[in-house]
Amino acid sequence: MLKVLWLQSGGCGGCTQSMLCAEPRPLFDELRDAGIEFLWHPALAQESGEEALNILSACADGRQAFDVLCVEGAMLRGPNGSGKFHLMAGDGRPLTDWVDRLAAQARWVFAIGSCTAYGGLSASTPGNPLEACGLQYDGDTPGGLLGADFRSAGGLPVVNIAGCPTHPGWIVDTLEKLALEGLVAGDLDEVGRPLLYADQLVHHGCARNEYYEFKASAEKHSDLGCLMENLGCKGTQAHADCNLRPWNGSGSCLKGGFACIACTEPGFEAPGHAFQETPKLAGIPIGLPTDMPKAWFVALAALSKSATPKRVRDNAVVDHTVIRPAVKKKGK
Amino acid sequence: MKRIQLGPFNRVEGDLEVSLDVEAGQVAAARVNSPLFRGFEQVLVGRLPEDALAIVPRICGICSVAQSAAAAAALADLAGVTPPPNGVLARQLIQATENLADHLTHFYLFFMPDFARPAYADRFWHAELAGRFTATRGTAAREVLQARARFFNLTGFLAGRWPHTLALQAGGSTKALTGAERIRVLALLREFRAFVEGTLLGDRLEAFADIVSWPALQEWAAGRQADFPRFLMAAGDLGLERTGRATDRFISYGAYGLFAAGLWQAGGSVALDAGQVTEDTRHAWLADAAPLPPALGETVVVADKADAYTWCKAPRYAGSVVETGALARQLVAGQPLAGDLVGRFGASVTARVVARMSEMARVLPEMENWVRAIVPGEPFCLPAPMPDVGQAVGLVEAARGSLGHWLSIKRGRIERYQIIAPTTWNFSPRDSEGQPGPLEQALVGLPAGDDALPTVQHVVRSFDPCMVCTVH
Repeated sequence: MLKVLWLQSGGCGGCTQSMLCAEPRPLFDELRDAGIEFLWHPALAQESGEEALNILSACADGRQAFDVLCVEGAMLRGPNGSGKFHLMAGDGRPLTDWVDRLAAQARWVFAIGSCTAYGGLSASTPGNPLEACGLQYDGDTPGGLLGADFRSAGGLPVVNIAGCPTHPGWIVDTLEKLALEGLVAGDLDEVGRPLLYADQLVHHGCARNEYYEFKASAEKHSDLGCLMENLGCKGTQAHADCNLRPWNGSGSCLKGGFACIACTEPGFEAPGHAFQETPKLAGIPIGLPTDMPKAWFVALAALSKSATPKRVRDNAVVDHTVIRPAVKKKGK
Repeated sequence: MKRIQLGPFNRVEGDLEVSLDVEAGQVAAARVNSPLFRGFEQVLVGRLPEDALAIVPRICGICSVAQSAAAAAALADLAGVTPPPNGVLARQLIQATENLADHLTHFYLFFMPDFARPAYADRFWHAELAGRFTATRGTAAREVLQARARFFNLTGFLAGRWPHTLALQAGGSTKALTGAERIRVLALLREFRAFVEGTLLGDRLEAFADIVSWPALQEWAAGRQADFPRFLMAAGDLGLERTGRATDRFISYGAYGLFAAGLWQAGGSVALDAGQVTEDTRHAWLADAAPLPPALGETVVVADKADAYTWCKAPRYAGSVVETGALARQLVAGQPLAGDLVGRFGASVTARVVARMSEMARVLPEMENWVRAIVPGEPFCLPAPMPDVGQAVGLVEAARGSLGHWLSIKRGRIERYQIIAPTTWNFSPRDSEGQPGPLEQALVGLPAGDDALPTVQHVVRSFDPCMVCTVH
């Protein structure tokens, strides 16, 4: 069995809560039959207090073998480098010490969620008094708690399963890939994210695609149109498969009627503009779709706006379809 | 006297350490430490008011929607906007989904595994409960994860995803449910009802909701093959209906227009005055000040402060220690079974768990009604332009109890944002008057030390603590 040891630190615990929503099989069955088990998990394990500390100590000392260290939450190094913002309960040592020692023993280290990968919201207090950082990144800069040169015993840097929260499938599938055939550097992108979900853009498979094509844009919350032009959507820039791999059965942020805020990207938490408004220069969104030359985007947008069917234009600015797609009769 | 440090106190949301002074095998004094600091109130300062809707859900991975709802309520207050009926119903549905799912997660994954401990091996119920509830391996785990994941599919339709949705807005909800989706949502509610009735309660929701007294509950539970009656069997044997009393003073901000707001004490409810809420920092690693109302609150770190033992402030109502949660909600709402239990024994482990089940039985049928009341085609969201200056409060009920957001804005930016979360009330430290918080009081007198039964574990988890919210 692939043994997974889990720790939580400067975060909300939402990635675990999200993981428990794994479908279609219940999480514990899904993992067990793939040869994966939790050695200890703060929210789920039977062992508490001293029993739990014994497991953690044995892992840190090398007496208990384990395969994957999953950390959920930013590393809090403050105040003044003391790590006192998060001491291990019942033990009193900074969590950052525990992560250092356990990472040195783990075959693989996974950062679960954007806080753990890059610092996330915990690192975005003005002046960062928490001295928060990711496991191997400070925002998009390599470094973090473990340092840019860190490699786990399995030979990889930290695997950044970024997202706020992470999709259950991103964690489950990365663990199952590892159990099946291991992970190599080529399985990760430039900021350490597994390509099994980060080789897509959130835009791919978006149900608002027709509105995007014609630049038929939503103007206010609950409108059906594309959210890119006015309401802050970054789906055309954010790396993740949220509209191909649905959330909670059939959902995604876009299906929920609100913007993708690019929560899988380093620094998403401090965009420098309102989350739900698109920053523009001379009426053109500053953040253009990934790989799209600006001149072409502007030209195509102008062209597609002028070619927008009435149905798409009218439906874009209301919260329910007011004009249905026409039904053509044969021979007409 | 001996001091015991219990930690990491797991199967709670977030980080918790409990320090017990033990004399002659009993807890003489308890101190609750929230050993992680998060600093979200500072993250919010200087941001645009609407940005709070993207930031506050990320305070908490288990009551994310409740945080959104509190911020949305405060922003609606600022904008002077009332969401349209569909928006209200959609928001209630999203919030109730999270609340009931949290009750389920708490019961099966956090709370019940303690009855599988080897310390209970000689009890008549142990083999059955250990087989069912041992963490991750008991037979209930797969059933509850399946039911929970399917129930959360409601949020796929109504909120895009869970946790961390932006669907809840000051003006309503961003997602206008279609007629087709409304049919699916009703089907999901029926599926969850089937799990709760078949596996958890072993009876119709309506029949369970009709139980009004402790004797009637015992009679109902006897021999019933379902998970909540299994708890009552073990709890009755251990006398948990007489275990874990705190202050017997309860606060609820009210929920869904279904459960009233108020303060419950000495057998009755009185109206709530939010102006009576203050926070005390005497024993937190935060700068000392006279107890302040949250609208004037400060969160200034003093990491080496003497006599401090937690990152949690001590909220008080008119200077008094109060408990919050499902039991408080049901008491204030006048639910007879909760009143009968607390009237007989005071608050207890059993009363807190029973109240969550009562809530499940009362809210789920309401959710079905809310879905039926949604009118596809009618609006779900209204514009809510923010003023440049203003003060507002958002008071809601999370699964774990009363959650308040107090904010002020100046020149269009957030100037101050103070949050009091449910577990901040329940797991608060001593205040300037030396009054211990609710859990600190509930632990006194319990068996502790070598070979003691794990009673302390039940009492702590009966509050369903959420530590990440506590130390926002």
